[in-house]
Amino acid sequence: MAAAVNDTLGTDANTVVAAPKTPASEQVLRVAIPVGMLVLAIVAWEVYVLASGTPKYILPSPVDVVGALAIGWPTLLPSLWVTLSITFEALFLALIGGVGLAIILVQSKWIELALFPFAVVLQVTPIVAIAPLLLIYTPNTQTALLIVAFLVAFFPILSNMVQGLKSVDHNLLNLFDLYGAGRWQQLVFLKIPASMPYFMTGLRIGGGLSLIAAVVAEFAAGSAGAGSGLAFRLLESGYRLDMPRLYAALILLTATGVAIFGVTSFISWLVLHRWHESAVRREN
Amino acid sequence: MAIIETSTSAPPPASASNDRPVVTLHAVSKVFSNGTLALSNMSLTVRRGEFLSLLGPSGCGKSTALRIIAGLGAPSSGTVDWPSSTINAKGLPQGDIGFVFQDPTLMPWTTVFGNVYLPLKLHGMSKADARPHIMETLALVGLADFAEAFPRELSGGMKMRVSIARALVTNPKLLLMDEPFAALDEITRQKLNDDVLKLWRSSGVTVVFVTHSVFESAYLSNRIVVMRSRPGQVFTDIALATSATRSDEYRTSEEYRATTALVSKALQDAIHAGGGAH
Repeated sequence: MAAAVNDTLGTDANTVVAAPKTPASEQVLRVAIPVGMLVLAIVAWEVYVLASGTPKYILPSPVDVVGALAIGWPTLLPSLWVTLSITFEALFLALIGGVGLAIILVQSKWIELALFPFAVVLQVTPIVAIAPLLLIYTPNTQTALLIVAFLVAFFPILSNMVQGLKSVDHNLLNLFDLYGAGRWQQLVFLKIPASMPYFMTGLRIGGGLSLIAAVVAEFAAGSAGAGSGLAFRLLESGYRLDMPRLYAALILLTATGVAIFGVTSFISWLVLHRWHESAVRREN
Repeated sequence: MAIIETSTSAPPPASASNDRPVVTLHAVSKVFSNGTLALSNMSLTVRRGEFLSLLGPSGCGKSTALRIIAGLGAPSSGTVDWPSSTINAKGLPQGDIGFVFQDPTLMPWTTVFGNVYLPLKLHGMSKADARPHIMETLALVGLADFAEAFPRELSGGMKMRVSIARALVTNPKLLLMDEPFAALDEITRQKLNDDVLKLWRSSGVTVVFVTHSVFESAYLSNRIVVMRSRPGQVFTDIALATSATRSDEYRTSEEYRATTALVSKALQDAIHAGGGAH
């Protein structure tokens, strides 16, 4: 077919037209511009603090923050580890629970109807508000934090996955019926692949929310001492007016958030870039 | 000149051997849950080797009839028989039917090869065993070089070819096509019409082709069943035979013109019989 089109256009088959390439300078700029802006902002911050003489306990300079990070490392690192493990355990459980329950829900409308009220009640209740209750029911604070973070990350994954599993092309379902595919084949070869774009949205939202929930739940639960996460270090530094350390803890949280966003976006790209419009570059 | 017979009863097949029919609909009615009466008392016998077009105004139930033949959705009343097929546990013919939808209906997440492999995969065939046959089928529709392409990289006509290859890969006895080329441009449509005719001649598969185009049905078929709407049922059954093989010359022949005139007249009568509403 392609040959026929070429003939009608009178294109010489030997003519080679180079595909347009993104110039190297543009590729450098794509990295240089955001990094440069970030560096510029940090420099401006440093200059402002030095020039205005703002005291450290109100606004520390970037150099102070880096210093605090270096000095506070022995306490900040274990706290970072606690927050990270709660975040990722919660996200992992939410992925298993959300995807698993979504698959069960779409098997029959009766199961969906039966479980629907519970899903709505849990979803509309501000989960952080039940943190004090969970503290009573669970053996330790960490478990309570894990449950809160799990519940928060669970619903976006569940609802996206249910939507995805239901959004299968009806004619493809007909085709599977025509070839006598069983439920299992329909799930594995059709419904799960078709729901991947939705799952990836759930993963990105759930990943961000599990970190937020791990921090907010720790604020609400008010853990202290050994085994505390970064949220406790934030509160502690605030009480001591140790602003450089507070900023250092904050930067660790931000870096964690950026890393989670980067990893989930990369997974999403890896799975979808060959076929889904959202991940394919538009070229006209 | 064309040998054209028109009758409301079942005419003798034009070029089919007289053994058991591939599928028989007997007094089939279909009512949808919203109360729409899509088909009423429709009877149709599809004989082996036929190229049968179901022609009618939109809403006459021709797609519904095709889906019932495929076993997708049971009739509300009446019976469907596949006298020469093996019937599986669900009461449907096993592996004998290929279906081409109006849209290509490809899985976007897998390659052309993966899409054509699907029917064989669902029947438990390994990829290695299936590969030669899949490549053969892709070559048949002229897409051997595109096995590793993704559907989004293909043009509309090429996607439709993949869809046809997928329908043919199981070597079905019956190929059902539901307005497959309605969304394509005229040039691509003519090319695909020729290709489908060629496939039909070489493979001997029985084809039921739903269309709302008089010209397409007259070009492709050796039997045209014109349907009326409200209620959807067979209006008239036209057997066609042509003196020449159908090709580009046939498109401009007097014979073709006469056939389209006849079919157009039948379609107009069918629309009129359906209260003119469509």
